[in-house]
Amino acid sequence: MATINDVVIKIATVNGTGSASANGLMRKAIFRMGIPVVGKNYFPSNIQGLPTWYEIRVTGDGYHARADRVDVMVAMNAQTYAKDMEEVAPGGWLIYDSTWPRSKLLDREDIVVIGVPLSRMCNETFEGARARILMKNIAYVGVLAALLDVDLDIIKELLEETFASKPHLIESNMQAIGLGYDYAREHFPCPLEKRVEKMDETKGHIVIDGNTAAGLGAMYAGATVGAWYPITPSTSLMDAFRTFCARYRVEPETGKRTYAIIQAEDELAAIGMVLGASWNGARSFTSTSGPGISLMSEFIGLAYYAEIPAVIYNVQRTGPSTGMPTRTQQCDLISCAYASHGDTKHVLLFPGDPEECFYMSPMAFDFAERLQTPVMVLTDLDIGMNDWMIPELEWDESYVPDRGKIYDADDLEKIEKFCRYLDVDGDGIPYRTLPGVHPKGAYFTRGSGHNKYGGYTEDSDEYQEVIDRLLVKWETARAMVPEAEIRYSKFNKAAILTLGSTDGACKEALDLLAEQNIGLNYCRVKAFPFTDAVREFIEQHDVVYVVEQNRDAQLRTLLISDLDADQTKLVSVLHYNGMPVHAAFVVDRVRSEIAKGRAA
Amino acid sequence: MTYIAKPKIAHPSLPKNELGLTTRDYEGAVSTLCAGCGHDSVTAALIQAVFDLDIEPHMLAKISGIGCSSKTPTYFVSQAHGFNSVHGRMPSVTTGANAANREMTYIGVSGDGDSLSIGVGQFVHAIRRNLNMCYMIENNGVYGLTKGQFSASADIGSKPKKGMPNQQEPIDPASSALALGATYIARSFSGDKEQLVPLIKGAIMHSGFSLVDIISPCVTFNDHEGSTKSYAHTREFYHHVSNIDYIHPSKEIKASYDEGEAMPIHLHGGDTIVLRKLNRDYDPTSRADAFKFLRDRFNAGEVITGLLYVNEDRAEMHELMGNTDTPLSQLPYEGLQPGNDELKKLQNRYR
Repeated sequence: MATINDVVIKIATVNGTGSASANGLMRKAIFRMGIPVVGKNYFPSNIQGLPTWYEIRVTGDGYHARADRVDVMVAMNAQTYAKDMEEVAPGGWLIYDSTWPRSKLLDREDIVVIGVPLSRMCNETFEGARARILMKNIAYVGVLAALLDVDLDIIKELLEETFASKPHLIESNMQAIGLGYDYAREHFPCPLEKRVEKMDETKGHIVIDGNTAAGLGAMYAGATVGAWYPITPSTSLMDAFRTFCARYRVEPETGKRTYAIIQAEDELAAIGMVLGASWNGARSFTSTSGPGISLMSEFIGLAYYAEIPAVIYNVQRTGPSTGMPTRTQQCDLISCAYASHGDTKHVLLFPGDPEECFYMSPMAFDFAERLQTPVMVLTDLDIGMNDWMIPELEWDESYVPDRGKIYDADDLEKIEKFCRYLDVDGDGIPYRTLPGVHPKGAYFTRGSGHNKYGGYTEDSDEYQEVIDRLLVKWETARAMVPEAEIRYSKFNKAAILTLGSTDGACKEALDLLAEQNIGLNYCRVKAFPFTDAVREFIEQHDVVYVVEQNRDAQLRTLLISDLDADQTKLVSVLHYNGMPVHAAFVVDRVRSEIAKGRAA
Repeated sequence: MTYIAKPKIAHPSLPKNELGLTTRDYEGAVSTLCAGCGHDSVTAALIQAVFDLDIEPHMLAKISGIGCSSKTPTYFVSQAHGFNSVHGRMPSVTTGANAANREMTYIGVSGDGDSLSIGVGQFVHAIRRNLNMCYMIENNGVYGLTKGQFSASADIGSKPKKGMPNQQEPIDPASSALALGATYIARSFSGDKEQLVPLIKGAIMHSGFSLVDIISPCVTFNDHEGSTKSYAHTREFYHHVSNIDYIHPSKEIKASYDEGEAMPIHLHGGDTIVLRKLNRDYDPTSRADAFKFLRDRFNAGEVITGLLYVNEDRAEMHELMGNTDTPLSQLPYEGLQPGNDELKKLQNRYR
């Protein structure tokens, strides 16, 4: 019996050969057939010549995580051929370029091997080495289209949009599609048992990566200064901000820019610039990854203590040290939560997908200015650089940036004396002034000991009064941050608690466990400090499986330190090999914990 | 350091600037540096300079890092906004602040430890960006707050109070800045207010990165016999290579100078400085000649002071980026995002 709209295609190529656009074409064509898709990049920290993979999960059920299997492998890279073949699920298919003979040693009885002379056909049809290489990629898209029954008209429509200004490329690309498509139809039974079929599940949706969505969100939030140092996998975030600003932030009359993007000499300078700009009244941010956070830590402590807003996107990658820069993890939770020496703690936001990267961007700027403190948005490589299907983004036109408590010139005229760190309203948040506004607004910003008036102090009581007030602010933050996503049934005594990109695998795992009559409740935290509802959620359960993508159970540690949660209830499910977690892993671990005797 | 407010009692006959303010209005808290510290003389010169330039106190940002020098922003213009940041990072904070509001005046006060060791990277890159700021280095060759270690500007053979003389090559901020492309480079001595004040004024009015390297002796740790950064040594070996007179745009150019030796330099804001060369071999508009002259004299142990190099032709950071004239921090939000319809439209490419 045919399996419809539940197939995983993995394409193995060499990086730098232009396969990304071919893979994108395939993924988009399926999406336009109305079928939900997940696109994942597994790529090396390299520019050209090393193995790279793109995985398309066709998921009629609309799941967000990667699957634990590969049904169709397009093995275009001789270097990884053996490993790629090994990865195909029993009963699956492997497509390879049969222009050259294949080692007889590499074979499997339990899969179908499909040889297509892609190079030969393209060499015979196209002129020039570069064109032949590029068209070979397009040709395997044709093969896949035939095997999976992808609508050729949609592929043509996509090519027409892509090459609207270069019509001759539409023709040559369609020719390459035809080479693969026709060859497959002639030589193999098409379509395969696993194939796609039009449905209507993508209307009102887009496919986007988190870095693009975050860059877009930062522009809509009104950010005017971005300072950064290039680092994988966050680079495309500032690149996206730059692209959107180039389009929407140029004054038509003068051609001048209403934004400044400064490529700093290192991350220390990047965060210093953000603080300088925020202090001076601009909405300012940086994007970085774990190593950048390490370098920024001293300044983050200053921002905490001197109470300067800052938005920091951390697109996490695999650590420690340089780690695996092109692999994903959620490994900076603790280093961000408590970045810098001394008693510091920071507000963190945990978007679960690109949609939340967008909506949490204005939120991050609002919180940073309202709370006068650094706010870090913790995504990861999986969210940041992979392709996620999300509902179309909407902008609330009534949005007004919350610039927080600022005394303007009129306010300053009215008050007798401005003191920077007085808790006027009892919420732990003092009033600030912006430089250049009014002589009475002047104050001295410093990371050294200061009293509530803003003056330097080495007096114990004065010092302690200020750092105690920061704790009041921390509780204000707790009441302000977004509520966790909670699914609760009083019949379930066990639950899964997670954050960020792990959401997709966990929700799919909940479905799979439910099929096995294991009912679990669910909580996805969206921010640190944790809300009271998270505290309550943990209290309501006998066992809480804390699923996260790091070795040291960092989320669990934060739950214990911030909520004083009962650690005997918190059972870790940890995935940290650098690949995005999938549902089967979560199911296995939860089941084995249950088998160990923990009641579900 | 404790915070001591200075009583504000102005003598009625004190001269007023165009804003109706006296020099007292440009003072800050009482200095807690050692009695006789060169930095306090620099503070006095700074106060005079911003008073003379009629700078509105709240339109001035005074930014520093960590160290004795970095304490000094507390000691001038108490109605200006001060930012005492982290060690060696004054340039990045100033870069961000300036990016947000290009209308204000930025004075960064740093020291030889802050700028030439821990912060040398940021010093270099602020120059590269031609950040519009006045960057002062109060240069005394030692770390004072940690009790007298050599800094990177200590000269070869200079003797510490205890231990062995320095043997490492010093970093000279002026010739380094010249090599890196700074567009206004001056050097002076804290004990020479007459020369220092106009150099600071020129630095503030220059559009782009201005370095004022000031030999400012540390009376406690580096003012003894054998030190090359002592008052006595500096007085003996320093040479004016040029003097400048700063001329306010509203004032007629009256400064008298000999045709062959004086050069009016018109600054972007409309101000003029008149440069008087005191050495015929020296051309402060030629980077190559200035570099050779500076290095030769540096190697000969001389402390060359004056306006060492100036280039008014290079665009500063905002001009290089093509930024709007309105400070970015003051742009109304409505113009910063294209609205929901455009958001809908731009998402077509993600389908």
